[in-house]
Amino acid sequence: MSAQNDTLDQEVVRGFRQRFANFREHRPHLFLLALMIVIPWFFMDLATWFTLTVSGLAMGLMLFIMASGMTLTFGLMSVLNLGHGAFISLGAFSGATVIVFWMNDLAGSGSLGATLLALLAAFVFAMAVSGSLGLLFERFVVRPVYGDHLKQILVTVGGAIIIMELIHVIWGPSEIPVPRPDLLRGAVILDSTVPLIGGAAVETYRLAAVLLGLLVYGVMTWIIDRTKAGILIRAGVESTEMVEIMGYRIKLLFLGVFIAGSALAGLGGAMWSMYQEIITAHMGETLMISVIVVIILGGLGSIKGCFYGAILVGLINLYIGFLAPVFAAVATVGLMVGILMWRPQGLIPVIKV
Amino acid sequence: MLNAILSGDHPRSRILSALLLVIFICLALGPFLFSSTRAFTTLGMICIFIVVVASYDVMLGYTHIVSFAHTMFFGIGAYAVAMTIGAMGNSFGAIGLGILAAVLAATALALLLGLLSLRVKAIFFALVTLAVAFAFMTMVNQLYTITGGEDGLRVRVPRELGPAFRLIENDLYGFSITTFLAGLFTQPWNLGEVIRESVYNVRVNGRVVMYYICFFFSLGMFLFMLRMMNSPFGRVLQAIRENEFRAEALGYRTVYYRTATVVLAAVVTALAGVLFALFNRYVNPENTLDFELMVFILLMCVIGGMGTMYGAVIGATLFLLAENYLQDVLRVLGGYVDGVPLVSGLVGPERWLFWFGLLFVLSVYFFPKGMVGQLRVWADARRRRREESG
Amino acid sequence: MAEPILTLSGVHADIEQYHILHGVDLQVPRGELTVLLGRNGAGKSTTLRTIMGLTRLRRGEVRFNGASISGMPTPQIARKGIAFVPESMGIFALLSVRENMSLAASSGPIDEGRLEWVFGLFPPLKRFWNRPAGNLSGGQKQMLAIARAIIEPRELLLVDEPTKGLAPAIINDLADAFEELKEQQASILLVEQNFNFSRRLGQSVAVMDDGRIVFAGQMAELAGNEDLQQELLGLSLGAHQ
Repeated sequence: MSAQNDTLDQEVVRGFRQRFANFREHRPHLFLLALMIVIPWFFMDLATWFTLTVSGLAMGLMLFIMASGMTLTFGLMSVLNLGHGAFISLGAFSGATVIVFWMNDLAGSGSLGATLLALLAAFVFAMAVSGSLGLLFERFVVRPVYGDHLKQILVTVGGAIIIMELIHVIWGPSEIPVPRPDLLRGAVILDSTVPLIGGAAVETYRLAAVLLGLLVYGVMTWIIDRTKAGILIRAGVESTEMVEIMGYRIKLLFLGVFIAGSALAGLGGAMWSMYQEIITAHMGETLMISVIVVIILGGLGSIKGCFYGAILVGLINLYIGFLAPVFAAVATVGLMVGILMWRPQGLIPVIKV
Repeated sequence: MLNAILSGDHPRSRILSALLLVIFICLALGPFLFSSTRAFTTLGMICIFIVVVASYDVMLGYTHIVSFAHTMFFGIGAYAVAMTIGAMGNSFGAIGLGILAAVLAATALALLLGLLSLRVKAIFFALVTLAVAFAFMTMVNQLYTITGGEDGLRVRVPRELGPAFRLIENDLYGFSITTFLAGLFTQPWNLGEVIRESVYNVRVNGRVVMYYICFFFSLGMFLFMLRMMNSPFGRVLQAIRENEFRAEALGYRTVYYRTATVVLAAVVTALAGVLFALFNRYVNPENTLDFELMVFILLMCVIGGMGTMYGAVIGATLFLLAENYLQDVLRVLGGYVDGVPLVSGLVGPERWLFWFGLLFVLSVYFFPKGMVGQLRVWADARRRRREESG
Repeated sequence: MAEPILTLSGVHADIEQYHILHGVDLQVPRGELTVLLGRNGAGKSTTLRTIMGLTRLRRGEVRFNGASISGMPTPQIARKGIAFVPESMGIFALLSVRENMSLAASSGPIDEGRLEWVFGLFPPLKRFWNRPAGNLSGGQKQMLAIARAIIEPRELLLVDEPTKGLAPAIINDLADAFEELKEQQASILLVEQNFNFSRRLGQSVAVMDDGRIVFAGQMAELAGNEDLQQELLGLSLGAHQ
């Protein structure tokens, strides 16, 4: 009887283990996310954990917005655009121009409508500037080197230098402080009666960034999953030739995706400018490191992978930044190296690299 | 004789040979041809960066491996010697230990990166090295107790390599080319006077000794790598570059060759980093590890000519001269367009990098083989014309 | 005789440094199924790819409906009314069957009536409508590939070796589907290695060797002449039956 019980128990354990292994292998992004969120419980109190998690989400979502364009450009056109960071910087400076110089009164007014208007104007302007430059960049820098990775790396690095120098020419070489709109300053503090996480404080701006980031992810997912353009993009990631055989002009699709990707980098940069409250022409270069880690983690070409990769990077940055600030950057890169060892194609691979 | 020294890989262009000869003479007699300290420093940097760029060319040009971690290895060398000297004092023993540590660390890290590139494909290598190099730089910045953080470390070189030491008691004579040329143009009627003015005294101190260490290191390393690239090993690398699949099918483990290349380049550049620390006597993240420096190395390699070795000499020399002197030229040019908005901004002395970026992109499109490649194309065309006519 | 829907004259094409087509002259009659036969490496697939503009035409001319389409970009050729099923089938494995089909309907939403007709030809597609196309079996993938090509009326259909690697029963189903397409007076150019399949469907036939057309005529002519088969294709039907 007892022997029977033993075997039965073992059955259950094996079943559980198998289910766990199954989950780990088929949903690696969720598995890692769960791991990432749970482990810090052992090292900090829950209120701190909550603050860090929301902040990490905010950072991750901004990174996602910046990285999504780059991963799509790679997936669809096999173009490695190392100049992507320059578009982030450009977006930051364009957005900051609206907030700091053109609509300072609106941003400082404290009224919800005026703040939203100023933010909207800043984001739209940032996207417009980065997007139009993306058009030129695709046409004059990237198009002549389609299909040649080495030259792509070289010319996009060169292109980034030119854009950053242009930023210096237009906005001057010094840093520009970017104050957040009045309404987004300060923090939301949870009531101390809330169980476990009572008293946790979350900056208003980070909450807003989380909301906007989720909105962008939602819209992008909808476009990619439901619209014809989205189906075309996913089809193009698999085979550009077949898309052409069906009568679609792939070059237009490339151009569209490149512009959209550049515009998103600009939006991410504009959001980041108010997050950091200071901008330099080199900010894009520094952010590129995280962006690269994100797209490698997620699996080049995958929007969903990019989303989870970005959140993982955001969270690990905040957690490690709190526990051992010296190792934040190392942890980010370590995460990438570790995942590459485990899954060389990234979390959600869509293309063979 | 010359054939053996150059491993049979000649410049194959008269203009190129002439340029190389001029550079060689200027570097070899450097302290005796240029009197200013700025020129002295620039010459030393050219010697060091010829090695850095040539070792980068071994990866980029000969094997088409794009690495963004070259500055990391350079920094490893520089910091290793700076830290051992900091800990043990300014002895040659400390330098030796620093070199040993640098070589070991560079080898280990390069092997690790190489192993990672076994698992991920070539295109990933660029991205992975970029991220790893960045993490390394952040570490150096953060661990300021041992690295000095952003302030960096001063390197107290042994007395024999410092300005106080005299190798030869009496001063030697130098002949300043710049003074001579300036005089030649401004007062050509007064040639005797000009020549007399051009002669100056050279104190053969430890700095000059250090310069010649750099020079001979540079020369030796360059010829060594030239030999490597013209050996069977180098041929295999080029075969892998042209057609990896076929090279693999012929029985070459491409992965081993790639990793060996990365390790070789890493060790050589780490040694160059050691010399940089000793010559510059000051290391910080900006002058050894910065991403901008990495991009500069890339620019030097591509503009000079990838996969030619001589391109490293031309590229490094040209770039460092531009970095140090193009700003002066632009300042003069800027005077003419002063007041014109945007244009004056673009021509200003601090915008030299803009022009180099433009030059870089254009050279990738129109002269993908760089200056050396282009000179050879012209030389070949000339040769062919001559054969046809005669 | 009516004007052929597609005419190739003196077509040369290369793949990288290899010269593959050495002056192909080929006519595809309107409203008929033409089979292009030939051994491996004869240049059959390259001929189709050159028609589609996927392989660059070096010399010669391709005329479709009387107008030259030489050197046009692929999408433009497709929009003139040519559908192409490549040898690899080009299924988008991560997209659902529905998404594959909706992309194929490049001029607008799928016509419901026509979709029902396609479902009639290839019933499995209806069953797996919302599944990822990558999960289909080889035969089902081939069905999807052909379904994509006919979901909108096209004037000319180019199909590269649809029977490759398929089980005999499935090949039969495919043959039935092609019979039905023939009844609709579609113009089809079919590249094949399977002679029985070709003989059953083909009205006209052309045989390629070494990048040239070495025989062109009616299928009946070739099917009735074993010596000719032996000479052109090096096959003896006896061994195959």
